[in-house]
Amino acid sequence: MYNRNETIKKALIDSLPVLAGYIVIGIGFGIILQSHGYGIGWAVAMSVLVYAGSLQYVAIDLISGGASLITTAVTALMVNARHLFYAISMLKTYRDMGKAKAYLAFALTDEVYSLVCTIDKDKVPDGVSKKAYCIFLSLFCQCYWVVGSAMGSLIGAALPFELVGIDFAMTALFTAVLVEQWLSGENRLSAVTGAIVSILCLLAFGPDNFLIPTMVLITIALTVEKKFGLMREEVHDV
Amino acid sequence: MFNMHAAAIIAVCAIVTVALRVSPFIIWSGERTTPKYIMWLGDVLPYAIMAMLVVFCLRNISFDSVVNWAPAIISVLVTGVTQVVKRNSILSIIVGTICYMLLIQVM
Repeated sequence: MYNRNETIKKALIDSLPVLAGYIVIGIGFGIILQSHGYGIGWAVAMSVLVYAGSLQYVAIDLISGGASLITTAVTALMVNARHLFYAISMLKTYRDMGKAKAYLAFALTDEVYSLVCTIDKDKVPDGVSKKAYCIFLSLFCQCYWVVGSAMGSLIGAALPFELVGIDFAMTALFTAVLVEQWLSGENRLSAVTGAIVSILCLLAFGPDNFLIPTMVLITIALTVEKKFGLMREEVHDV
Repeated sequence: MFNMHAAAIIAVCAIVTVALRVSPFIIWSGERTTPKYIMWLGDVLPYAIMAMLVVFCLRNISFDSVVNWAPAIISVLVTGVTQVVKRNSILSIIVGTICYMLLIQVM
Protein backbone atom coordinates (compact mmCIF):
# COMPACT_ATOMS: atom_id res chain seq x y z
CA MET A 1 0.00 0.00 0.00
CA TYR A 2 1.37 3.38 -1.02
CA ASN A 3 1.52 5.76 1.90
CA ARG A 4 2.09 9.32 0.70
CA ASN A 5 3.06 10.73 4.09
CA GLU A 6 5.53 7.91 4.83
CA THR A 7 7.12 8.45 1.41
CA ILE A 8 7.44 12.23 1.89
CA LYS A 9 8.80 11.69 5.41
CA LYS A 10 11.49 9.26 4.23
CA ALA A 11 12.45 11.51 1.30
CA LEU A 12 12.67 14.51 3.64
CA ILE A 13 14.82 12.69 6.23
CA ASP A 14 17.12 11.18 3.58
CA SER A 15 17.54 14.58 1.91
CA LEU A 16 18.74 16.26 5.13
CA PRO A 17 22.46 15.58 4.50
CA VAL A 18 22.08 17.58 1.28
CA LEU A 19 20.18 20.38 3.07
CA ALA A 20 23.25 21.64 4.94
CA GLY A 21 25.51 21.32 1.90
CA TYR A 22 23.11 23.00 -0.50
CA ILE A 23 22.18 25.82 1.86
CA VAL A 24 25.85 26.50 2.64
CA ILE A 25 27.11 26.18 -0.96
CA GLY A 26 23.99 27.99 -2.25
CA ILE A 27 24.61 30.86 0.15
CA GLY A 28 28.23 31.03 -1.04
CA PHE A 29 27.00 31.16 -4.65
CA GLY A 30 24.40 33.85 -3.91
CA ILE A 31 26.93 35.98 -2.03
CA ILE A 32 29.51 35.86 -4.86
CA LEU A 33 26.89 36.49 -7.57
CA GLN A 34 25.53 39.45 -5.58
CA SER A 35 29.06 40.86 -5.24
CA HIS A 36 29.24 40.94 -9.07
CA GLY A 37 26.07 43.02 -9.25
CA TYR A 38 23.51 40.28 -10.00
CA GLY A 39 20.75 40.12 -7.43
CA ILE A 40 18.27 37.58 -6.15
CA GLY A 41 16.33 37.23 -9.44
CA TRP A 42 19.49 36.06 -11.24
CA ALA A 43 20.46 33.72 -8.40
CA VAL A 44 17.04 32.05 -8.35
CA ALA A 45 16.86 31.83 -12.17
CA MET A 46 20.26 30.10 -12.34
CA SER A 47 19.46 27.69 -9.51
CA VAL A 48 16.11 26.75 -11.09
CA LEU A 49 17.32 26.44 -14.70
CA VAL A 50 20.98 25.32 -14.47
CA TYR A 51 20.93 23.56 -11.07
CA ALA A 52 24.61 22.58 -11.08
CA GLY A 53 26.73 23.90 -8.22
CA SER A 54 30.25 24.02 -9.59
CA LEU A 55 29.11 25.21 -13.04
CA GLN A 56 27.09 28.04 -11.47
CA TYR A 57 30.22 29.21 -9.62
CA VAL A 58 32.19 29.07 -12.88
CA ALA A 59 29.37 30.85 -14.74
CA ILE A 60 29.80 33.89 -12.47
CA ASP A 61 33.33 34.25 -13.87
CA LEU A 62 32.06 33.73 -17.44
CA ILE A 63 29.38 36.40 -17.04
CA SER A 64 31.60 39.00 -15.39
CA GLY A 65 34.49 38.21 -17.78
CA GLY A 66 32.33 38.62 -20.89
CA ALA A 67 32.97 35.09 -22.16
CA SER A 68 31.67 33.99 -25.58
CA LEU A 69 28.82 31.49 -25.84
CA ILE A 70 31.16 28.91 -27.43
CA THR A 71 33.54 29.18 -24.46
CA THR A 72 30.55 28.89 -22.16
CA ALA A 73 29.26 25.75 -23.91
CA VAL A 74 32.66 24.01 -23.84
CA THR A 75 33.20 24.95 -20.19
CA ALA A 76 29.74 23.70 -19.23
CA LEU A 77 30.42 20.46 -21.09
CA MET A 78 33.72 19.95 -19.27
CA VAL A 79 32.58 20.92 -15.81
CA ASN A 80 29.42 18.82 -16.00
CA ALA A 81 30.54 15.89 -18.19
CA ARG A 82 30.42 13.60 -15.15
CA HIS A 83 26.62 14.03 -15.11
CA LEU A 84 26.52 11.90 -18.28
CA PHE A 85 27.88 9.00 -16.21
CA TYR A 86 25.43 9.64 -13.40
CA ALA A 87 22.57 9.41 -15.90
CA ILE A 88 24.02 6.20 -17.39
CA SER A 89 24.31 4.58 -13.96
CA MET A 90 20.69 5.54 -13.17
CA LEU A 91 19.21 4.11 -16.40
CA LYS A 92 18.07 0.92 -14.66
CA THR A 93 16.80 2.56 -11.48
CA TYR A 94 14.82 5.24 -13.33
CA ARG A 95 13.64 2.83 -16.06
CA ASP A 96 10.00 2.65 -14.91
CA MET A 97 9.52 6.25 -13.80
CA GLY A 98 7.33 7.33 -16.75
CA LYS A 99 7.01 11.05 -17.43
CA ALA A 100 8.68 11.91 -14.11
CA LYS A 101 11.90 10.57 -15.66
CA ALA A 102 12.38 13.93 -17.42
CA TYR A 103 12.55 15.87 -14.13
CA LEU A 104 14.45 13.11 -12.30
CA ALA A 105 17.09 13.17 -15.05
CA PHE A 106 17.27 16.98 -15.03
CA ALA A 107 17.66 17.00 -11.22
CA LEU A 108 20.51 14.45 -11.17
CA THR A 109 23.17 16.58 -9.46
CA ASP A 110 26.24 15.22 -7.64
CA GLU A 111 24.46 15.18 -4.30
CA VAL A 112 21.11 13.82 -5.52
CA TYR A 113 23.06 11.14 -7.34
CA SER A 114 24.95 10.23 -4.16
CA LEU A 115 21.56 9.68 -2.47
CA VAL A 116 19.75 7.72 -5.20
CA CYS A 117 22.63 5.62 -6.61
CA THR A 118 22.25 3.01 -3.86
CA ILE A 119 18.44 2.96 -3.81
CA ASP A 120 18.18 -0.37 -5.65
CA LYS A 121 20.39 -2.02 -3.05
CA ASP A 122 18.57 -0.50 -0.08
CA LYS A 123 15.41 -1.97 1.37
CA VAL A 124 12.45 0.32 0.69
CA PRO A 125 10.13 0.35 3.76
CA ASP A 126 6.49 -0.72 3.46
CA GLY A 127 4.22 1.97 2.05
CA VAL A 128 7.04 3.90 0.40
CA SER A 129 6.79 4.18 -3.39
CA LYS A 130 10.22 4.23 -5.04
CA LYS A 131 9.00 6.53 -7.81
CA ALA A 132 7.33 9.07 -5.50
CA TYR A 133 10.31 8.84 -3.15
CA CYS A 134 12.75 9.76 -5.94
CA ILE A 135 10.54 12.63 -7.14
CA PHE A 136 10.16 14.15 -3.66
CA LEU A 137 13.85 13.65 -2.87
CA SER A 138 14.90 15.41 -6.10
CA LEU A 139 12.38 18.20 -5.57
CA PHE A 140 13.39 18.81 -1.93
CA CYS A 141 17.05 18.99 -2.89
CA GLN A 142 16.42 21.55 -5.64
CA CYS A 143 14.31 23.60 -3.20
CA TYR A 144 17.23 23.68 -0.74
CA TRP A 145 19.54 24.83 -3.53
CA VAL A 146 17.16 27.58 -4.73
CA VAL A 147 16.46 28.76 -1.17
CA GLY A 148 20.19 28.70 -0.31
CA SER A 149 21.03 30.78 -3.40
CA ALA A 150 18.29 33.30 -2.60
CA MET A 151 19.46 33.51 1.03
CA GLY A 152 23.05 34.07 -0.11
CA SER A 153 21.94 36.84 -2.41
CA LEU A 154 20.09 38.59 0.43
CA ILE A 155 22.96 38.03 2.89
CA GLY A 156 25.47 39.30 0.32
CA ALA A 157 23.45 42.48 -0.08
CA ALA A 158 23.24 42.97 3.72
CA LEU A 159 26.68 41.83 4.99
CA PRO A 160 29.27 44.53 5.64
CA PHE A 161 32.14 41.96 5.44
CA GLU A 162 33.10 38.89 3.35
CA LEU A 163 32.76 35.22 4.39
CA VAL A 164 36.17 34.15 3.11
CA GLY A 165 36.60 30.42 2.57
CA ILE A 166 32.95 29.38 2.61
CA ASP A 167 33.43 27.78 -0.82
CA PHE A 168 35.37 24.97 0.91
CA ALA A 169 31.96 23.48 1.76
CA MET A 170 31.90 21.95 -1.74
CA THR A 171 35.27 20.22 -1.14
CA ALA A 172 34.13 19.00 2.27
CA LEU A 173 30.93 17.59 0.77
CA PHE A 174 32.74 15.50 -1.87
CA THR A 175 35.33 14.40 0.71
CA ALA A 176 32.63 13.19 3.10
CA VAL A 177 30.86 11.25 0.30
CA LEU A 178 34.16 9.70 -0.86
CA VAL A 179 35.06 8.60 2.69
CA GLU A 180 31.56 7.17 3.20
CA GLN A 181 31.87 5.22 -0.09
CA TRP A 182 35.25 3.93 1.08
CA LEU A 183 33.79 2.78 4.41
CA SER A 184 31.12 0.82 2.51
CA GLY A 185 34.02 -1.40 1.37
CA GLU A 186 32.85 -1.60 -2.25
CA ASN A 187 34.86 -0.77 -5.37
CA ARG A 188 37.82 0.65 -3.45
CA LEU A 189 40.08 -0.02 -6.43
CA SER A 190 37.83 2.29 -8.46
CA ALA A 191 38.26 5.10 -5.91
CA VAL A 192 42.05 4.59 -5.82
CA THR A 193 42.17 4.56 -9.63
CA GLY A 194 40.13 7.77 -9.76
CA ALA A 195 42.42 9.52 -7.28
CA ILE A 196 45.68 8.47 -8.99
CA VAL A 197 44.50 9.24 -12.54
CA SER A 198 43.07 12.63 -11.46
CA ILE A 199 46.31 13.70 -9.78
CA LEU A 200 48.45 12.55 -12.72
CA CYS A 201 46.19 14.37 -15.21
CA LEU A 202 46.14 17.49 -13.04
CA LEU A 203 49.95 17.53 -13.13
CA ALA A 204 50.05 16.78 -16.88
CA PHE A 205 47.24 19.03 -18.20
CA GLY A 206 46.93 21.73 -15.54
CA PRO A 207 43.93 22.82 -13.44
CA ASP A 208 41.86 24.23 -16.35
CA ASN A 209 42.06 21.29 -18.76
CA PHE A 210 42.40 18.05 -16.79
CA LEU A 211 38.76 16.98 -16.37
CA ILE A 212 38.13 15.50 -19.83
CA PRO A 213 41.42 13.54 -20.08
CA THR A 214 40.88 12.36 -16.50
CA MET A 215 37.45 10.94 -17.28
CA VAL A 216 38.63 9.26 -20.49
CA LEU A 217 41.64 7.70 -18.72
CA ILE A 218 39.58 6.61 -15.69
CA THR A 219 37.22 4.77 -18.04
CA ILE A 220 40.16 3.10 -19.83
CA ALA A 221 41.96 2.21 -16.58
CA LEU A 222 38.87 0.63 -14.99
CA THR A 223 38.20 -1.35 -18.18
CA VAL A 224 41.80 -2.65 -18.22
CA GLU A 225 41.54 -3.57 -14.52
CA LYS A 226 38.36 -5.48 -15.35
CA LYS A 227 40.09 -7.33 -18.21
CA PHE A 228 42.81 -8.43 -15.77
CA GLY A 229 40.18 -9.66 -13.34
CA LEU A 230 40.90 -6.99 -10.70
CA MET A 231 37.40 -5.50 -10.82
CA ARG A 232 34.24 -7.46 -10.21
CA GLU A 233 32.42 -8.18 -13.45
CA GLU A 234 28.79 -8.52 -12.59
CA VAL A 235 26.36 -5.63 -12.60
CA HIS A 236 24.33 -5.03 -9.46
CA ASP A 237 20.88 -6.61 -9.68
CA VAL A 238 17.74 -4.89 -8.48
CA MET B 1 18.38 46.37 -15.95
CA PHE B 2 18.31 43.15 -17.98
CA ASN B 3 21.68 41.93 -19.20
CA MET B 4 21.19 39.98 -22.44
CA HIS B 5 24.72 38.52 -22.41
CA ALA B 6 24.34 37.18 -18.87
CA ALA B 7 20.97 35.66 -19.78
CA ALA B 8 22.48 33.98 -22.87
CA ILE B 9 25.32 32.47 -20.79
CA ILE B 10 22.82 31.10 -18.27
CA ALA B 11 20.73 29.65 -21.13
CA VAL B 12 23.77 27.89 -22.65
CA CYS B 13 24.77 26.48 -19.23
CA ALA B 14 21.22 25.21 -18.73
CA ILE B 15 20.94 23.60 -22.20
CA VAL B 16 24.33 21.83 -21.99
CA THR B 17 23.63 20.55 -18.47
CA VAL B 18 20.17 19.24 -19.37
CA ALA B 19 21.59 17.57 -22.50
CA LEU B 20 24.24 15.76 -20.44
CA ARG B 21 21.78 14.57 -17.83
CA VAL B 22 18.92 13.58 -20.13
CA SER B 23 20.58 12.21 -23.31
CA PRO B 24 21.45 8.73 -21.89
CA PHE B 25 17.78 8.22 -21.03
CA ILE B 26 16.84 9.03 -24.63
CA ILE B 27 19.69 7.02 -26.25
CA TRP B 28 19.25 3.92 -24.08
CA SER B 29 15.57 3.88 -23.22
CA GLY B 30 14.69 0.48 -21.77
CA GLU B 31 17.24 -1.88 -20.24
CA ARG B 32 17.28 -4.35 -23.17
CA THR B 33 19.05 -1.83 -25.38
CA THR B 34 21.55 -0.78 -22.68
CA PRO B 35 24.88 -2.53 -23.29
CA LYS B 36 26.16 -4.55 -20.32
CA TYR B 37 29.47 -2.71 -20.45
CA ILE B 38 27.70 0.65 -20.04
CA MET B 39 25.75 -0.71 -17.05
CA TRP B 40 28.99 -1.98 -15.50
CA LEU B 41 30.62 1.43 -16.02
CA GLY B 42 27.68 3.10 -14.31
CA ASP B 43 28.17 0.74 -11.38
CA VAL B 44 31.91 1.26 -10.78
CA LEU B 45 32.48 4.81 -12.09
CA PRO B 46 30.90 6.78 -9.21
CA TYR B 47 33.68 5.76 -6.82
CA ALA B 48 36.40 6.96 -9.19
CA ILE B 49 34.44 10.11 -10.11
CA MET B 50 33.98 11.11 -6.45
CA ALA B 51 37.76 10.88 -5.97
CA MET B 52 38.15 13.01 -9.10
CA LEU B 53 35.74 15.63 -7.72
CA VAL B 54 37.83 16.00 -4.55
CA VAL B 55 40.95 16.50 -6.69
CA PHE B 56 38.93 18.91 -8.89
CA CYS B 57 38.03 21.00 -5.82
CA LEU B 58 41.70 21.12 -4.81
CA ARG B 59 43.00 21.79 -8.35
CA ASN B 60 44.10 25.35 -7.69
CA ILE B 61 46.19 24.86 -4.54
CA SER B 62 49.91 25.27 -5.07
CA PHE B 63 52.78 23.77 -3.12
CA ASP B 64 55.00 26.87 -3.39
CA SER B 65 54.62 27.74 0.26
CA VAL B 66 52.92 26.03 3.18
CA VAL B 67 50.27 28.78 3.39
CA ASN B 68 48.98 27.83 -0.07
CA TRP B 69 48.27 24.15 0.58
CA ALA B 70 48.10 23.54 4.33
CA PRO B 71 44.62 25.01 5.02
CA ALA B 72 42.92 22.96 2.27
CA ILE B 73 44.85 19.71 2.86
CA ILE B 74 44.44 19.88 6.66
CA SER B 75 40.72 20.67 6.29
CA VAL B 76 40.22 17.75 3.88
CA LEU B 77 41.89 15.44 6.42
CA VAL B 78 39.78 16.89 9.24
CA THR B 79 36.64 16.35 7.11
CA GLY B 80 37.66 12.77 6.34
CA VAL B 81 38.55 11.87 9.93
CA THR B 82 35.29 13.40 11.19
CA GLN B 83 33.39 11.28 8.67
CA VAL B 84 35.22 8.10 9.75
CA VAL B 85 34.53 8.78 13.43
CA LYS B 86 30.98 10.18 13.30
CA ARG B 87 29.58 8.88 9.95
CA ASN B 88 27.59 12.12 9.69
CA SER B 89 28.06 14.08 6.44
CA ILE B 90 26.50 17.36 7.63
CA LEU B 91 28.76 17.38 10.68
CA SER B 92 31.86 16.57 8.59
CA ILE B 93 31.08 19.36 6.10
CA ILE B 94 30.48 21.96 8.81
CA VAL B 95 33.58 20.96 10.83
CA GLY B 96 35.75 20.88 7.68
CA THR B 97 34.50 24.24 6.36
CA ILE B 98 34.89 26.01 9.72
CA CYS B 99 38.37 24.50 10.04
CA TYR B 100 39.25 25.89 6.58
CA MET B 101 37.81 29.36 7.28
CA LEU B 102 39.77 29.56 10.56
CA LEU B 103 43.03 28.26 9.04
CA ILE B 104 43.10 30.78 6.17
CA GLN B 105 42.63 33.55 8.74
CA VAL B 106 45.43 32.44 11.10
CA MET B 107 47.98 31.13 8.55
